[in-house]
Amino acid sequence: MMLADYLLSLAIWLPIAGGVAVLATGGDDRAHVARPLALAISILTFFATLPLYTGFNPHTATMQFVEDAPWIEALAIRYHLGIDGISLLLILLTSFSTVLVIVSAWIVIQKKVAQYLAAFLIMEGLMIGVFSALDAILFYVFWEAMLVPMFIIIGLWGGANRIYAAIKFFLYTFIGSVLMLVAFIYLYYQSNSFEILTFHALKLGLTEQVLIFLAFLAAFAVKVPMWPVHTWLPDAHVEAPTGGSVILAAIMLKMGAYGFLRFSLPITPDGSHELAWLMIALSLVAVVYIGLVALVQEDMKKLIAYSSIAHMGFVTLGFFIFNAQGIEGGLIQMISHGFVSGALFLCVGVLYDRMHSRLIKDYGGVANRMPVFASFLMLFAMANAGLPGTSGFVGEFLVILGSFQANGWYAFAAATTLIFGAAYTLWMYKRVIFGTVANEHVATLNDIDAREAVFLTALAIAVLVMGLWPQPFLDTMHTSVEHLLKQAMTSKL
Amino acid sequence: MLDLDMTTIYLLVPLAPLTGAVLAGLLGWKLGRGFAHTVAILGVAVAFALSAFVVLPDVLAGNRFNGTVYTWGVSGGIPMEVGFLIDPLTALMMVVVTFVSLCVHVYTIGYMHDDPGYQRFFSYIALFTFSMLMLVMSNNFLQLFFGWEAVGLVSYLLIGFWFTRDTAIHANLKAFLVNRVGDFGFLLGIAAIYLYFGSLDYAAVFAVAPQLVQQTLTIMPGVDWNLLTVICILLFVGAMGKSAQVPLHVWLPDSMEGPTPISALIHAATMVTAGVFMVARMSPLYELSETALSVVLVIGAITAFFMGLVGVVQNDIKRIVAYSTLSQLGYMMVALGASAYAVGIFHLMTHAFFKALLFLGAGSAIIAMHHEQDIRKMGGLKKYMPITFVTMWVGSLALAGIPPFAGFFSKDMIIEAVHYSTLPGSGVAYAAVLGGVFVTALYTFRMLFLVFYGKPRMDEHTKHHLHESPWVVTVPLVLLAIPSFLAGFMTFEPVLFGGYFAEAIKVLPGHDVVGRIARGYQGMGPFIAHGLQAAPFVLAAAGMLLAWLLYLRYPHLPDQLRERAKLVYNVLLNKYYADEFNEFVFARGARAFGRLLWKIGDVRLIDGLAVNGSARLVGWVSSMVRHVQSGYVYHYAFAMILGVFLLITFFLHR
Repeated sequence: MMLADYLLSLAIWLPIAGGVAVLATGGDDRAHVARPLALAISILTFFATLPLYTGFNPHTATMQFVEDAPWIEALAIRYHLGIDGISLLLILLTSFSTVLVIVSAWIVIQKKVAQYLAAFLIMEGLMIGVFSALDAILFYVFWEAMLVPMFIIIGLWGGANRIYAAIKFFLYTFIGSVLMLVAFIYLYYQSNSFEILTFHALKLGLTEQVLIFLAFLAAFAVKVPMWPVHTWLPDAHVEAPTGGSVILAAIMLKMGAYGFLRFSLPITPDGSHELAWLMIALSLVAVVYIGLVALVQEDMKKLIAYSSIAHMGFVTLGFFIFNAQGIEGGLIQMISHGFVSGALFLCVGVLYDRMHSRLIKDYGGVANRMPVFASFLMLFAMANAGLPGTSGFVGEFLVILGSFQANGWYAFAAATTLIFGAAYTLWMYKRVIFGTVANEHVATLNDIDAREAVFLTALAIAVLVMGLWPQPFLDTMHTSVEHLLKQAMTSKL
Repeated sequence: MLDLDMTTIYLLVPLAPLTGAVLAGLLGWKLGRGFAHTVAILGVAVAFALSAFVVLPDVLAGNRFNGTVYTWGVSGGIPMEVGFLIDPLTALMMVVVTFVSLCVHVYTIGYMHDDPGYQRFFSYIALFTFSMLMLVMSNNFLQLFFGWEAVGLVSYLLIGFWFTRDTAIHANLKAFLVNRVGDFGFLLGIAAIYLYFGSLDYAAVFAVAPQLVQQTLTIMPGVDWNLLTVICILLFVGAMGKSAQVPLHVWLPDSMEGPTPISALIHAATMVTAGVFMVARMSPLYELSETALSVVLVIGAITAFFMGLVGVVQNDIKRIVAYSTLSQLGYMMVALGASAYAVGIFHLMTHAFFKALLFLGAGSAIIAMHHEQDIRKMGGLKKYMPITFVTMWVGSLALAGIPPFAGFFSKDMIIEAVHYSTLPGSGVAYAAVLGGVFVTALYTFRMLFLVFYGKPRMDEHTKHHLHESPWVVTVPLVLLAIPSFLAGFMTFEPVLFGGYFAEAIKVLPGHDVVGRIARGYQGMGPFIAHGLQAAPFVLAAAGMLLAWLLYLRYPHLPDQLRERAKLVYNVLLNKYYADEFNEFVFARGARAFGRLLWKIGDVRLIDGLAVNGSARLVGWVSSMVRHVQSGYVYHYAFAMILGVFLLITFFLHR
């Protein structure tokens, strides 16, 4: 029995056990213990996920690092884990982001420190579980359990209206997920198994497929979120503390998109084709409609939240045009959005910690006082606007190339993001960063410190590397995407 | 000669300024101004030396290069790469870009002397040089787009360099967004190429293009358009943004909010000509679509004439030169539209020299005037600033197209080329470029006369301090004045008639207007002699004369004219109200529409009606149902009896 055989379990349970240990440190008088402990665990977890990348074989679409053991034998539920080129990068993104979140909370969070840090560590383990589960019930358990720490994070450390936001977040996502569970149970009765890979091979009629697709859609569309079930996200972001927003935007939104790839496309290929028009329409509405809504936001976090919805529209658009560029572009966009939106929320956090306001009108001329911060934010703003050379460009570019193959007008509508994305991002940048010092609060701002420089630098490097050389990222996914495309293009009828 | 591999040299050319930019940007604040300008200038100097003395001679010797540096990414089996194409067109652009950039770098030492953002400025302009080089050296559409957007980014950063000025940060946002409108088309064009050609590599695309002449694209059911026409027009939309063609020209005059060195480098000599370069580079595609060429021709002609007219009434010295740039960019586009790509590039080159000179000269006057840019407050500067004065004369003569200055050769060739063109729209274009010559001379010499002649109109304090600019400013002026005078004379024959561009530019025999001119060409002397008798020269001289009459001989006349033609004057002064239109329709319209979607769509309908509405519905239903659970036994008994009756009725009547 080698540790290497249990890498996924390690990546799941190390942060969860670590989170419990952090909880055990007790009250805020012991925060000086809780912080380094949490950081150490998050870094260890990150290192534990690195062998997944180095040891990954990009030339096969079969699941790797597989662990399989019976769990509830009466119902054929198994503890079955494994990853392919679709989940690999998402796991790395999760472990990477968690380290940054712990660092970002270092000074900012002063109340219930251990609980706050523990919630993120536990959530990390659960999210990695979501991305590596190969058993539907195991997946469902991780998927729902993940809501709890996030619910607590928003509800306890959130802003003034946090209870409304937390409940809205919980109910929205929970109701959607229940329908997914119904679909799993139906599939179980058809196959006598909860194995996701068995579901992939299961023959299903068109009506069945459409209904199952819709049940999945209820769960995934809320998570992504797709228009019109997106309205929980701006509220949740506005009320969540910085770390909560980062994880929400960087990882949680990806769960829904991941679900489409792991469940909808391979299990219900004909249903997916049948309803592709709907998915494409909703995605394009997200890009155009939400892009316009983002333009007029007065709260920075709300603006970034809306921008997230528009960017996730690219992901779902890419998935439902059924070509390699679309799916790979969507996946790249997911990773990139993790970096960029995470960075943007951290930047808003940097400002909020100093000014206790997220309203654009309370700012102006920040560059005069915080030139280094202004440079970082410039980079991330440009990445958000999809400037070539940053990660934000890669996914959008591939999806536009892919959607042009499906229909030139899809590409036309999607490409409007070039204008809208630049407009809402840079207009906000102009009003917050440029100009003369707007008021006496801005006049007292201090530039970022070493701690803040650490996480912003880490994300800046990620954004640039991925923008200038996406090939290593793309390489890990080609075979898996090809396999997935074959599944999605093979009729089950 | 160093024994360096040519590939290494190609890499060094862009990487040297990049290194300068990174060092100046990251370490400049610590190591000081001297360090920042040294590394930046060194980087650009290396790039210039290698371009002019290694790459250009190598290309002239007949060597070409087309190769990949690294694979950026592969998707769907189609590789997307970063690579270089080195041919005569690239080599010429490399020399022009690095030469003007070098002059501007040196000039910046003087111009930005007192600016607290000195290091940042050097970092930006060196970064610009890198981006522009990547753009012109690219061998594929992806990298072209990279360079395209990167120069746009640096332009954005530099227009907003003085970020505390409201006008500057308004202008840079506007510039970026208008360019993005162009990029929108550009990117769709690239996507279409990717789909139909299966490659983003120039060579591969050009090789396949002739087979796709008949290919159509279904725009809507029943509406089929020629594929190449669609692609070329989409790409041209990008060029319209970057090269500021009507109606996407609105950002360029406002870009003058940036420091003058970048107005010269980015918004006159290099970046704004990227669109011209791109169309010339794509000549194998454009040649296959006469419709697209006609579009280029007509848009260019409109820009050339109408933007020149605006220049006549402007009073800000930089804005006059900016409108002149718009007009000259229109000339270049006209040349491209007439299939005279070589002439367009030739005018790009001469224009880069004399327009950079005019901008830097204007900047020199602005420094002397303590950053006053209104020409109504200048006057009589010639005796205080002899070097600036003489070099500005050179630039003006070149711009007005007076033989034998550089602009004469390029502009005369454009007019000739349009004359020979048979495309739809060429008649209008010919009239526009001819009329443009008169307008050009008028605004150029209006500016020259008002700034350097007549009585000084500045206040006593400024007048007292007037003096010639330091050597770091005047040396670049002289360096640019030399090619503004000689470049046309020296390179005219080999570049246009000597087959310099050879295979780099493709012209179909039926479109070969330059070839037709070449057949009638009898040497430099007769060409100039002919030029002196032809309409353009007469028109230019008339423009000069009118400027002299209006602004030197009878200076009260312009006021009277203004009174007489108030309507025309106001329309021109307000730039055809294009800004007002855009602000009202697009900026305010988008915000109003966004607010509508947000407040009505998201807040009222989705959240109000659907989400909170269903929550309220659940609340209402449960509050109703709650009444049933009253706790009184006889209520429950009554309900049970009622239920039994209902069931019995149901079973009996089934």
